[in-house]
Amino acid sequence: MNKKIYIARSPRIAARMLGQEMLVMSGQGSTLFTLNPTATILWQAADGATPLDQIVEHRICTEFQVQPEEALRDAESLAEDLAKHGILQISDQPIPKPVASVHSSQQPESQPESQPRSLKR
Amino acid sequence: MIGLATQVERGSVVIAIGGVAVRVNTADADFLAMLEERYAGFVTAETGADARAEFDFDVELVPPAFADPDADLSVAYRSGRWFMQRGDFRAELDPASRRGCIRQSANPYSIDAVLRITHTLVLAKRGGFLLHSASAIRNGKAFLFAGVSGAGKTTISRLAPPDATLLTDEISYVRKIHDSANGESYVAFGTPFTGELAKLGENTSAPVAALYLLAQGPENRIDPVTTSDAGRELLANMLFFAEDSEMVHSAFQAACDFVSRVPVYRLTFVPDARVWELIG
Repeated sequence: MNKKIYIARSPRIAARMLGQEMLVMSGQGSTLFTLNPTATILWQAADGATPLDQIVEHRICTEFQVQPEEALRDAESLAEDLAKHGILQISDQPIPKPVASVHSSQQPESQPESQPRSLKR
Repeated sequence: MIGLATQVERGSVVIAIGGVAVRVNTADADFLAMLEERYAGFVTAETGADARAEFDFDVELVPPAFADPDADLSVAYRSGRWFMQRGDFRAELDPASRRGCIRQSANPYSIDAVLRITHTLVLAKRGGFLLHSASAIRNGKAFLFAGVSGAGKTTISRLAPPDATLLTDEISYVRKIHDSANGESYVAFGTPFTGELAKLGENTSAPVAALYLLAQGPENRIDPVTTSDAGRELLANMLFFAEDSEMVHSAFQAACDFVSRVPVYRLTFVPDARVWELIG
């Protein structure tokens, strides 16, 4: 039996849906990212309590009409990538919600590639 | 006990930008005079120790002998205080008491940097920001023209018609205003932060009607910009120095709020005055 994976939004990240794109900004390094549609779904569903396979089954497979096994492999890889950038937290156990969070609005999703940019001047 | 202690007489100047007054105290009369001249138009009528100010800085003038005059700027929050440091100055600010100190040589650039940093910290908490942009008032409305160095901020400022009031050719000051009648809106203020034009902005303000992202091209035209592109470009042009996570988030939310409420366009222009026919 496969091990369950849980994902949660990093409390160090601020996020906002602007138009059709999800922008997220890391407090560390002032780096700005634009999430692609799949990453946006993961971000929106990353409540720390829902296993990744359920997110894939209910949110990604229905959206993109892809096989669950393939979608789960891709989602795991993407979640790890997002975790490397400090956007998501990953655990094999449910992740408790932080006391205070800086997240903001979430709605529909769309569009391309993670794209870091610096806010520093 | 006469002669055991000497009381140094300190002078003060209160510099109010965007409605936020900062008092600068110094024992050096020449430096004080230089500040009064440099920030003319933004120095409040009230002077001296009794003048009201949100922040108070004591300046200690030292010989220009820092270890590395070209060292990068760093702004950090530790133990309840802001620490600002660059090759040419060191400064601290206690946000609780609103008092700070600056150690620098007698030059206008170091204190100008401290003022800019202080205002970005204040504005980030209040939903506003400093922006690399020219700004001007026309027909009672403020227009911002943002872009990196070379994008045309100075050029569009120089081309402004006589009925336009220049707020700045370099750094715009934007505040979020809460109004019970109109809700939240944005107001642009004049600043003494100058670019190539080396001309202080007018110390006045007006509601922000639009932000234009500058581009130079073969014709004058205005094109729409998606909200997400507007947010990205606004963030790229915002002045922000602190690496503190909370402040970064505040700046991010301020930028997103702004582009959600204020129209943003791309303004392509040739360097002639006809571009202003499209503005206002």
